[in-house]
Amino acid sequence: MHEWALAEAIIRAAQQIAEKEKLHEIKEVTIKIGELQQVEEDILCFALSQLKPASFKNAEFHIAKAKTTLKCRVCGNTWLFSKNKLDEDTAEAIHFVPEVAHAYIKCPKCGSPDFEITEGRGVWLENIKGVR
Amino acid sequence: MDTRTTVINERLKRIGRIIAVSSGKGGVGKSLVATTLALALSRRGCKVGLFDLDFTSPSTHLIMGVKDVQPKEDKGIVPPVVKGLAYMSLVYFSGDHATPLRGADISNALIELLSVTKWGELDYLVIDMPPGISDAVLDLVRLVKRIEFLIVTTPSLLAFETVKKQVRLLQDLKVPVIGVVENMKMNRAKNIEQATEKLGAKFLTGIPYDPKVEEAIGDVAKLLDTTLAQRIAELAASKIT
Repeated sequence: MHEWALAEAIIRAAQQIAEKEKLHEIKEVTIKIGELQQVEEDILCFALSQLKPASFKNAEFHIAKAKTTLKCRVCGNTWLFSKNKLDEDTAEAIHFVPEVAHAYIKCPKCGSPDFEITEGRGVWLENIKGVR
Repeated sequence: MDTRTTVINERLKRIGRIIAVSSGKGGVGKSLVATTLALALSRRGCKVGLFDLDFTSPSTHLIMGVKDVQPKEDKGIVPPVVKGLAYMSLVYFSGDHATPLRGADISNALIELLSVTKWGELDYLVIDMPPGISDAVLDLVRLVKRIEFLIVTTPSLLAFETVKKQVRLLQDLKVPVIGVVENMKMNRAKNIEQATEKLGAKFLTGIPYDPKVEEAIGDVAKLLDTTLAQRIAELAASKIT
């Protein structure tokens, strides 16, 4: 249920942008979720609907999922993250703090834990549309 | 846009003081000072949190003998209470695995935990920092409005030289420095005290080297019986609370 904390951050960030852009009514918010964090989309959507302030009353929240790409810094190998290869406890640990992936995941080619999360880490506010 | 930074100060708003125990150099006893300071404040009746930010080499869980506890999920992550402290560490998630993190990963993990951890109401949050003056220090200064630093050194000039740089950096950034603790003193020399005052920083206390500390690792009752803990308790009473 820490999706609520993530939702709170999304709303707050969207409010900051709306204020900066002088948007009085928000129509659309697009959020990108990286697969690595394994955010529960239903819970996130419910939390957003419960937390949204008046200026977001008619806002639609669009959620786009992004595959997670990992790149080994040692051998240059690039591969896609797959939750299916992890046990439940490990998947949950990565869900809370995606960086602990470095404790559990290794490059399938050379075995190094020194890799970069090039795409699809966590939650990202992609776009916001509204009326001035 | 990274949304997480927008809620950090909201998460920390019910905390009285936020004290980062830090040093430019490793091996000076930061984690021991941070842990005993948190325990001393707690034993004075304050509500205290301890946050281990030394992600790659966490040790406060070893110092306190923390076992078989996990944070709870309640619209965020709620730290469990350990030895009277609200206690958060990456070890809940990384276990005893090596967690090799580069600078950007350290920043990301730090921002993640600051944005989802629900500390609730505390009088003090003590943060055990990783050694050095890189990502974690710069991120805390950037993200946590009310951060204050307590700096730890040893009598060694090798440690104090980096501490000097750290104090100057924090002074330049206009970040409050509570003062400097000299740990593992082997004699009564006053050179670190004098050099600290020359820097325009407060010398808080000198702690004699105490071989009992190593034997007390993992046992809070024994730890609180050491000279280190006694000096830190005096410091907590006279200069922190």
